Amino acid sequence: SSGINAEYGGGGLPTGDLLSAIEAEFGSFDQFKAKMSAATIGVQGSGWGWLGLNPETKRLQIATCANQDPLHATTGLIPLLGIDVWEHAYYLQYKNVRPEYVNSIWDVVNWE
Amino acid sequence: MLQSRLLKLSRIGLARCKYTLPELPYKYEALEPVINRDIMEIHHSKHHATYVNNLNATADKITAAVEEGNAGAVIGLHGALKFNGGGHINHSIFWNNLSPNGGGLPTGDLLSAIEAEFGSFDQFKAKMSAATIGVQGSGWGWLGLNPETKRLQIATCANQDPLHATTGLIPLLGIDVWEHAYYLQYKNVRPEYVNSIWDVVNWEDVAARFAS
Repeated sequence: SSGINAEYGGGGLPTGDLLSAIEAEFGSFDQFKAKMSAATIGVQGSGWGWLGLNPETKRLQIATCANQDPLHATTGLIPLLGIDVWEHAYYLQYKNVRPEYVNSIWDVVNWE
Repeated sequence: MLQSRLLKLSRIGLARCKYTLPELPYKYEALEPVINRDIMEIHHSKHHATYVNNLNATADKITAAVEEGNAGAVIGLHGALKFNGGGHINHSIFWNNLSPNGGGLPTGDLLSAIEAEFGSFDQFKAKMSAATIGVQGSGWGWLGLNPETKRLQIATCANQDPLHATTGLIPLLGIDVWEHAYYLQYKNVRPEYVNSIWDVVNWEDVAARFAS
């Protein structure tokens, strides 16, 4: 959905090289989104889901980190897009329903 | 040979073992103003219930994998077992650790043991509060009993790691510091929640665990 958020620039689809890389790695944007959402929702406890770039292979990679472990320092991946799934990131609005928060956040991702 | 052994294990252990959500010993609003009704309802009927459901599903999968003799699959499920099983164990203790008639001080042997180990009740309370508040991320603060030394010990666990299985300590009193345990009421101010929860600690329950 693009609705109101498109006005502010977020949401929608990535374009250009980033979109090509996502499609090359994951088959399609939707397959990427499903995979990253699942990994992020599945974090046990507090943590983050990440889309990262492996600087050696130049390939995109989905990863999760526990607590506030920084992606690059702990895995070597360059952080591109992170989704915070500490409960404080969503609880007041979504309560225990973390999947609804993760599925909704794509509407405000700043692809630029 | 291994397969038949695993099959026997499955019949003794996980087979046909259904975990159930325990009822709260009090109403959702009973712990107010320390823990509000909304938190208690979501915490019990959603979070704990989900651990129970996922524990049952995981146990079924483990049983199936054991019956197939698929050790790799059994091992692959251990994370889900620890997380959901720990969540069920921990919360089952927690609901009984708390009471609308709680608070005040422990008495008898438990109080003596606390004073012997920590100097005074206040020193114990300060130490356990500090350890619990200081948990990084999601987890629990515990007062535990070392069954070998018979000494009280304060410990913390990450996520839903169950105290006894991971440390050998017998759980007496747990304080849940996952954000879902307090955020709707206390927001980010975890110290206020931890300092307040002592007003609803059910010392009878803690003493019963200590005695047994």
